[in-house]
Amino acid sequence: MQELIKRAKELLEDGTVARVLGWKAGDLPYNPEPAYFDSTESLADFVYNGFCGANLSKYLIEASKLEGKTLVCLKPCDTYSFNQLLKEHRIDRDKAYVIGVGCKGKLDIERIRKMGIKGIEQISGAEMEDAADTLTISTIYGERSCKFADAMLERCHVCKGKEHQVYDELIGESKETKDADRFAEVARIEAMTPEEKFAFFQKELSKCIRCNACRNVCPACSCRKCVFDSNKFDSAQKANVDSFEEKMFHIIRAFHVAGRCTDCGECSRVCPQGIPLHLFNRKFIKDIDEFYGEYQAGMDVNAQSPLTDFTFGDVEPGIVGERG
Amino acid sequence: MYKIAKENLTALFRLIAGAQELYLPVKTADQVNFGAWSEDAEVDLDTLKSVKSPKDAFFPQSENLYTCRKDGKKISIEPEALKEQNFVIFGMKACDVRGVEVLDKVFLADPVDTFYAARRDHGTIVSMACHEPEESCFCKVFGIDCAEPAADVATWMVADQLYWKPLTEKGEALTKIVESVLEAADNADEKSVEEEKAAIRGIVEKLPYSNLSLGGWNGEVLTEKFDSALWEELYKPCLACGTCTFVCPTCQCYDIKDYDTGHGVQRYRCWDSCMYSDFTMMAHGNNRTSQMQRFRQRFMHKLVYFPANNDGMYSCVGCGRCVEKCPAALNIVKVIKAFEKQGGEKA
Amino acid sequence: MSIEAKEEFRPKIVAFCCNWCSYAGADLAGSSRLGYPADVKIIRVPCSCRVNPMFILRAFEKGADGVIMCGCHPGDCHYSTGNYYARRRMTLLFSMLDYIGVENGRTRVEWVSAAEGVKFSTTMNEFVEKIHSLGKNVRLGDLRCRN
Repeated sequence: MQELIKRAKELLEDGTVARVLGWKAGDLPYNPEPAYFDSTESLADFVYNGFCGANLSKYLIEASKLEGKTLVCLKPCDTYSFNQLLKEHRIDRDKAYVIGVGCKGKLDIERIRKMGIKGIEQISGAEMEDAADTLTISTIYGERSCKFADAMLERCHVCKGKEHQVYDELIGESKETKDADRFAEVARIEAMTPEEKFAFFQKELSKCIRCNACRNVCPACSCRKCVFDSNKFDSAQKANVDSFEEKMFHIIRAFHVAGRCTDCGECSRVCPQGIPLHLFNRKFIKDIDEFYGEYQAGMDVNAQSPLTDFTFGDVEPGIVGERG
Repeated sequence: MYKIAKENLTALFRLIAGAQELYLPVKTADQVNFGAWSEDAEVDLDTLKSVKSPKDAFFPQSENLYTCRKDGKKISIEPEALKEQNFVIFGMKACDVRGVEVLDKVFLADPVDTFYAARRDHGTIVSMACHEPEESCFCKVFGIDCAEPAADVATWMVADQLYWKPLTEKGEALTKIVESVLEAADNADEKSVEEEKAAIRGIVEKLPYSNLSLGGWNGEVLTEKFDSALWEELYKPCLACGTCTFVCPTCQCYDIKDYDTGHGVQRYRCWDSCMYSDFTMMAHGNNRTSQMQRFRQRFMHKLVYFPANNDGMYSCVGCGRCVEKCPAALNIVKVIKAFEKQGGEKA
Repeated sequence: MSIEAKEEFRPKIVAFCCNWCSYAGADLAGSSRLGYPADVKIIRVPCSCRVNPMFILRAFEKGADGVIMCGCHPGDCHYSTGNYYARRRMTLLFSMLDYIGVENGRTRVEWVSAAEGVKFSTTMNEFVEKIHSLGKNVRLGDLRCRN
């Protein structure tokens, strides 16, 4: 982290960048927030640790409108989103100075809480320098510890890899954290009977409070006006009046980002109700891979997105029924 | 005071549910929210905070106001019936109970909101002391004692016993219904409840946010706070989602909308969020055009506008849900601290 | 007719037909006096590619029991390639509906040219029969739209 701050200071001082987009230390050990730093003094609050899960790519849409370059810290997975936004002309490459930061897996405070750890005062082991694979958590109710891997976000267990897809320079080491199959859960649901599938999603989606956090955090959801906000249609619904609405919202949202979703996992990270929203996106990704060949959004800026492309021999929609 | 063993709680719930509707913290798909009790509901009284606050019981996320139906040339308008069934909401925490007091100020003031008033009339609140408060709690700042919650009936869970203390007439009436499963508490029991209270208060003292200072936030500081340059910095990470508002026990803004059912119109109201771009949208447009203004609105409302109109009562109760749930890790505590820090620098 | 017969399930079916082929195919079916059930309500769209996934869900929301989309045969699109894009979209959408537990017989895509009045009629008859066997759509649809 010190190296990162040092470099940021240099770039600010020599005028290469006008501001730094990173994370600011929070008032609890686990809540750093995305923040802009425009002076070397303000960098005193800069932090980069295991709780900096937020994907900063989306903030670049606004930052691209500002005067001068913005230094942005991107983790390997965030760079996919950056590329995707570039491809959609939502951000300006010339306005960003990308520092690819190392990542050894990001932590999920909800998972830590679910282990019954509460009254958290301090967490050690979450810093980038820490090599330990255990977190030591001191709480009002005594000292607790847990495995780093057990406290990791779901997305880190299916990490796409430690290579940055785009960067101006790299700082810090990354660690391989993948220990699960990305599509295992999707396949498990696919194998269910229609009744079980329906019951599963009904149960998960009934928790939805339509707060739109999943949409607003999503780097692929960058429409200026979302159809669910537009007062021109009666699809604009603020609250969950009927169970159908949540399904419609989540299916349409997932569909709209199909072929553009990099599977960054932000939607599932931010959902206050812990709905595994990535299961929708991954279903589309899995289908796209199966039907139209493997495709990873954000990997190659020049690749044709599967939904704006076709071949004469594409499968017919009837395959869904035939597959059984 | 009465008591009941923890393993007999199901009998207690069964008795209440036999006479009235019963809502309590229920775990669904790994998350605890208030929901209706049933034999196979997974009741969870150990999780301190439900994701959504229990304000739904009195002010549901969405509720119908009336339904218009078109049948040939006939048009009928059917107003939604008011709540007539008594219900019990079990396991509310002290902060959530204060949240209801805040809502009362809004909905029971003239003109009275009849839907809300009917629910308040028919609802009995059974609160529960917070056995193990968490680091995101700051109810003490608002003068709330989570060891001694208000409500119709207050309860304490100490080891394997639930202690039950009716505080109001409604509470006495409910106690009558469940009398058969309750035992009278003796002096030793009273003592263990007192010990629990002391223990809770001891923990609250140690919480990181308990010393938060609200100095400088009241109904008088409107222009000073409104014009502060700090908002421009503070709002930046805000994603403009509605998580903070929808988990909040006191946020009371709503929108009224029409839904086209194909055979008529259903008019309903649903929670709205000041974070949304179409919040208070009017024919001439929107009076808060930037996210900074919308962000400012939320905190100014809670800490300045509301106390200005309600004898100094803040419309934040320190439940800490927004602290835990904000996707960008922003929250009211950070706002209060930022202003405090700035004040300190000036002085 | 007995009262029971009157209350028999009449499915509501929405058919999105492209202006250039399938809608003309429906016309041909009509002028050739080929029957298809009146339960099918046709919505004309400029191209099958115009059908947004939201249209399909909205049809279900408002009470449809089945939704079918018809367009020009691949290769015959009036706009050259519209139906190729539509094909990909619908494949993914139907797969998603299947994934959340909606019976996959409730959605269908069929390519019907302007000359295929017979195909239009048989497709619709088959589809209505299929929906008949699946019964009322209870998994998708807004309760407020029900009577």
